[in-house]
Amino acid sequence: MSDLGAFFLHFLLLCSMAIGGLSVVMPDMYRYVVDERALVTPRQFADVYALGQAAPGPNALWVPLVGLQAAGWPGAIAATIAVFLPATLFSLVAVTLHARSENSRLALAVRRGLAPVALGFMFASGWVLLRSAEHGWQGYALAFAATLAVLFTRLNPLVLLAGGALAGISGLI
Amino acid sequence: MGAHGGVLQEEPRIAQGPRSLRELFVTFARIGVSGFGGVNFWMRRVLVQQKGWLTDQEYLEGFAMGQLVPGPNVYNLTVMIGHRFGGWRGALLAVAGLIGPPLVIVLSLGALYQSFGGTPIVQRALGGMGAVAAGLILANGVSLAAALPRRARPWVLLLAAFFGMGVMRWPFIYVMGALGPLAIALAWMRPEA
Repeated sequence: MSDLGAFFLHFLLLCSMAIGGLSVVMPDMYRYVVDERALVTPRQFADVYALGQAAPGPNALWVPLVGLQAAGWPGAIAATIAVFLPATLFSLVAVTLHARSENSRLALAVRRGLAPVALGFMFASGWVLLRSAEHGWQGYALAFAATLAVLFTRLNPLVLLAGGALAGISGLI
Repeated sequence: MGAHGGVLQEEPRIAQGPRSLRELFVTFARIGVSGFGGVNFWMRRVLVQQKGWLTDQEYLEGFAMGQLVPGPNVYNLTVMIGHRFGGWRGALLAVAGLIGPPLVIVLSLGALYQSFGGTPIVQRALGGMGAVAAGLILANGVSLAAALPRRARPWVLLLAAFFGMGVMRWPFIYVMGALGPLAIALAWMRPEA
């Protein structure tokens, strides 16, 4: 299979299992494009993720950027389809089944059972991202400060990202 | 609207939905481009508070549904709301509005990155932004984890998932394949534990 086809199938499979959002499967996307295929460097992965957060729109748009970096425009298109096609189909299926099943015992078990697992994956995403940028201690301190700022202030995330950019440009990290 | 009226059910309601598919598209396009740092805040504000298409209760139920479905939560919610007001075509138009314009912007940024990403000042700026972006994920995780029950089981599952994916970097399919069915089965058998 071509590299692009394998990339597309891998991302399609991951996105089809991403209950709880894409941050749940981000560590495996990283593992695939950085560690296994070496299509993207660790630093590039962290960069395009940050770009995706700074742009308007759903946070998931960093995935097409990973595709662009991994395989050019065909990669961007493949990643876009991989993210949004299964989400569209599963959502439409959920709409059709909804009235009966939202509070069914199985739906409840899935939601309650998977919640802590998805959270563990989310922490893994933050950790993988932090490690990939190869920061010094200043980078970890900045990430920690951003975590506290989100938890204890009402600052817009965009303000924090701009602050991060300034901290970087001024040589603080 | 009764407490059981989900976001997807057709029920008599005082609040009106969009007058046309065009209004549906334009509204979601507006939400998409104003959604800096996450769309959720703007989506609730526009749909519930400004347009009155949904009640808060309906929005929250829809959001919970969106979390059960694989993929980005706000995107899933958009498919469901679009479908409610306009069937298949409504769903497609709503998501085209939500992600179309932002996709153009983000891919333009990506193209710029491919040309200028290596310059030192861009590298330094993105380094700082990347650290903050990691902090945003961790903060999101912390605030969600605060809602977990204070019992051993969910925390053991959380740590196992973190260890497998974050520390060991095992493939998702193995970690989820091992932990997912176990977690669902445990929640099924003893929902209270």
